[in-house]
Amino acid sequence: MVAVKRVVDYAVKIRSGVETQNLKMSMNPFCEIAVEEALKIKEAGLAQEVVAVTIGPANCVDTLRTGLAMVADRGIHVEAARELVPLTVAKVLKRLVKVENPGLLILGKQAIDDDCNQMIAGLLGWPQGSFASKVVLEKEKQVATVDREVDGGLETLCLDLPAMITTDLRLNQPSYATLPNIMKAKSKPIKKYTPEELNVEIKYDLEVVQVTEPPKRKAGVILSSIDELIDKLKSEAHVI
Amino acid sequence: MLLNSNKASTLVLAEHEGGSIKAQSLSAVVAANSISQDNSVSMLLAGSGSSLQQAAKRAATCHPSVSQVLVADSDKFEYPLAEPWAKLVQLVQQKGGYTHVIATSGSFGKNILPRAAALLDVSPVTDVVEINGAHQFVRPIYAGNALCTVRYTGSSPCMLTVRSTSFPVPPISANAKSDGAPISQVDLSTLDEDSIGKSRYIKLSSEDTERPDLGSARIVVTGGRALKSAENFKMIEKLAEKLGAAVGATRAAVDAGFVPNELQVGQTGKIVAPELYMAFGVSGAIQHLAGMKDSKVIVAVNKDADAPIFQVADYGLVGDLFEVIPELLEKLPEKK
Repeated sequence: MVAVKRVVDYAVKIRSGVETQNLKMSMNPFCEIAVEEALKIKEAGLAQEVVAVTIGPANCVDTLRTGLAMVADRGIHVEAARELVPLTVAKVLKRLVKVENPGLLILGKQAIDDDCNQMIAGLLGWPQGSFASKVVLEKEKQVATVDREVDGGLETLCLDLPAMITTDLRLNQPSYATLPNIMKAKSKPIKKYTPEELNVEIKYDLEVVQVTEPPKRKAGVILSSIDELIDKLKSEAHVI
Repeated sequence: MLLNSNKASTLVLAEHEGGSIKAQSLSAVVAANSISQDNSVSMLLAGSGSSLQQAAKRAATCHPSVSQVLVADSDKFEYPLAEPWAKLVQLVQQKGGYTHVIATSGSFGKNILPRAAALLDVSPVTDVVEINGAHQFVRPIYAGNALCTVRYTGSSPCMLTVRSTSFPVPPISANAKSDGAPISQVDLSTLDEDSIGKSRYIKLSSEDTERPDLGSARIVVTGGRALKSAENFKMIEKLAEKLGAAVGATRAAVDAGFVPNELQVGQTGKIVAPELYMAFGVSGAIQHLAGMKDSKVIVAVNKDADAPIFQVADYGLVGDLFEVIPELLEKLPEKK
């Protein structure tokens, strides 16, 4: 099962008082990597079926269609008009996992505005391989060996399936859906749910007070020589 | 149930290595101080054996605000795996009833705290850069291009990961409390075994280096893809050596295989805020800037005068890094 999130395209320049109505939206880059990994796993014959999931308002279906065009056999859209808090998203995904019983849940490690995917593994009691840069599945042993990018370097863990993986940038290079696959995706089934139908209580324990622009840095100067740079660093900035 | 009094009690999830407390964990203690004037701070350590016990003794005197050190000593914690750690936090929280639980937002905190929050049925607030009282926090979104102020309105505990660069640790003189905080061992007999054991640590591949830790170094020298090869990257290392600096890299340089992933600075790598950040052959993509734009002084050297990096640099030099670096090596004073 792959979760995909529709976010403001990462290349868009944001101005203060973020108004997302007319901004270009696309799949969160880390979710693209998750989809690509699902594709690789399916192509290796290690998965029979891939289900793509998205949670959000009606327009999230676009993102789901991309997932369907790339690899997914079916899609699930949990409709929620208002942005849900991480705990509720985790609970929704947990319910879907209970319904669908996937052997592997893959998500992006972070989105443009949050990074709480580890919560789902906690609710499921599943082992987690977060910030994965390499995943090797062994079907007979029912384990996944995961390399994780951590502060100290690259950590290797072995996880019993079913497990949850969150993707890091270097896991793979997402490819593009071909036009024939995009056309096929239009007829792949998407099941709709609401959080209520999944018996998930929508709780809001976080509230956005405001969104502001960060303080701007004072403009710098272009110097003309290395001697000048060393001098400035010494006598003006006092850093060396 | 949301506590209305101003009295807070904070559990800090601390990391330790080789018998010492990691510098970033102290930032979590500093952050705890911003939560409330009246806040008792407990530090939780987990691991096994003598290095753990040694770290506990250090924790007891590492900061005047620490009033208690809790130690979980077991083979299960030999490596900082999320599954046992989340259960531990759940156990300690259920016994201690803290109002807040904090970890720094490095790979340890980001891996463990959300999982623990799920077990405790609360939404965490992650990557906090400013604390405005017990339940209001500021966090960057859109690669640091916007700051979002959020209010936590749920039940205890309020769980946070905080950016260590936003909560610098002031130099600490000898602790007034000469014995330090009391150390107590966590009773692990009721630790829920379910889900522990399903993940096993195999190994950690890391570069052995004498360079200072990237996350807390006073000076960072970063190279981008313009260095062209791992061999050329040695120039960056030489310069870092001369300045007593840590070495950083852009995502492009890591992707190209010049340096290992732990040197990556940026939105999806490490966030740093040193006194001096020198960027060589770095174009200044938004995602890279997100990781270093809070540095006190930024120097950029790039052949392209239009490179976005010059918009954040205090001092810029338009030039060829292959000429600039050797000249710097020659002319820079030896580090003090």
